[in-house]
Amino acid sequence: MSAFLEIDQVTIAFNTRNGVYVAVRDADLEIDEGEFVSIIGHSGCGKSTLLNLVAGLVKPSAGGAILSGREITGPGPDRAVVFQNHSLLPWLSVYDNVHLAVEQVFGARESKTKLVARTLAAVELVGLLHATHKRPHEISGGMKQRVGIARALAMEPKVLLLDEPFGALDALTRANLQDSLMEIQTQLRCTVLMVTHDVDEAVLLSDRVVMMTNGPAATVGRILPITLPRPRDRLALAEDHAFHHARAEILRFLHDGALHRATAVA
Amino acid sequence: MRRRNPEPTAAPEASTVARWFERALSRSIPPMCGVAALIGVWALIAQFTRYLPGPANTFLSALHVFAHPFYINGPNDQGIGWNLLASLTRVGKGFGLAAAVGIPLGFLLGRFALLNRAIAPVISLLRPVSPLAWLPIGLAIFQRADPAAMFCIFICSIWPMIINTALGVASVPQDYLNVARVLRLSEWKIFTRILLPACIPYVLSGAKLALGIAWLVIVASEMLTGGVGIGFWLWDEWNNLNMEHILIAIGVIGLVGLLLEHGMTLIADRFDYRKQ
Repeated sequence: MSAFLEIDQVTIAFNTRNGVYVAVRDADLEIDEGEFVSIIGHSGCGKSTLLNLVAGLVKPSAGGAILSGREITGPGPDRAVVFQNHSLLPWLSVYDNVHLAVEQVFGARESKTKLVARTLAAVELVGLLHATHKRPHEISGGMKQRVGIARALAMEPKVLLLDEPFGALDALTRANLQDSLMEIQTQLRCTVLMVTHDVDEAVLLSDRVVMMTNGPAATVGRILPITLPRPRDRLALAEDHAFHHARAEILRFLHDGALHRATAVA
Repeated sequence: MRRRNPEPTAAPEASTVARWFERALSRSIPPMCGVAALIGVWALIAQFTRYLPGPANTFLSALHVFAHPFYINGPNDQGIGWNLLASLTRVGKGFGLAAAVGIPLGFLLGRFALLNRAIAPVISLLRPVSPLAWLPIGLAIFQRADPAAMFCIFICSIWPMIINTALGVASVPQDYLNVARVLRLSEWKIFTRILLPACIPYVLSGAKLALGIAWLVIVASEMLTGGVGIGFWLWDEWNNLNMEHILIAIGVIGLVGLLLEHGMTLIADRFDYRKQ
């Protein structure tokens, strides 16, 4: 029996001016339905490339990805992406940004009132009903990212893809959004694949943390299951032994990788 | 610390009025000085030149011209209002036609790189040509002065519209297009929901440039084609050796150009999503 989402022996290479650049080589990863998986690694290790592969925005040079039995050949609304820089359309209100996605995914099958209800439900889920008619430039960075999440969730994707979703936010806002995301995920039981460079974030949110080796030709180095019970409370975890242990494991992996790179350069 | 607010009720109001007055003065004084300097230099030059009328004479003559802007004494002697209207109509038609062709073409060039590679050299070749060089071609094709002048306007105002629109489309952030790809938007929806709103500022700044050029060109082409129009009027007054009227025409052309540009800026700001 194969996994819900399967990345199988994937190599991704780009043609650049200086020849072929292999970003990812022979990466394997299996994700179960309802699982929250984070990919962590140093910048430039091809973790976003791997996420874009699942999104269908990047094509593999070898290998492939299969989502619930079907090969991924291009982008589609069953794999909603929350981009790092929110990517909201600045000329549309919060409501319209979400509604555009809802209309596109469900417009052919459902009535207008149902579509409106879906949009409002998604906006409510991220706690932004008070800002429905605001434009992106009128709301804070954290709120924009909430809208991005609402837009993605409103599409009822099979997999939610998060590309360093909280990377550009300040620490307090980030903590706030992480808590919201945990709540939403517990509520909806959606499958999530998240790219991050924040160790605490990875441990706090994930069922498993995938550690990537350094690029070029990066691949999956190690996978660490996080067995902390849910719901997780960041304050309680701050003094939790298992949390610190998992954190230390990841830091060690990243640190050793950096050392290897340093010696390779020297 | 209390001393800072001696009279909390009366003082702020008085100071707001004073500050408003001060700001209005500081904003209007420099431009007025500039205009005064221009008139001063003009008066000075007129003192030492035999045929150039000074500001005072020109002003008196202008009062006369503007007293009856809409008279008609035959085809070659009409009020300045009619001449101005004729020029504006020509510019409007040529410019409108250029927008109708240039903006859609710009969208196509921006969206389809292959088409852009085919057309770009043609644009680069034709764009630097002086618009008046096209006048004989227009006269040959249309056999009449009026459409030939409009043809000139069309040719010269189409380039900025094509180029700016194409630039606008090409510089739509990849993020927005990725959103479109994930949502699998149709090409039509990509156009109406993403490309069009993202490009409107570029399109309108292209239109603003084009209108400026069109207004420059119409005066020159009317001098060559004759008929009715502010450019023709100016040339006609040169033949009459009425220098006051020539100076009035220059002033009017400048003023109308200024108003056109200002109007386009207002429209551009109105449709710019960044300024709403």
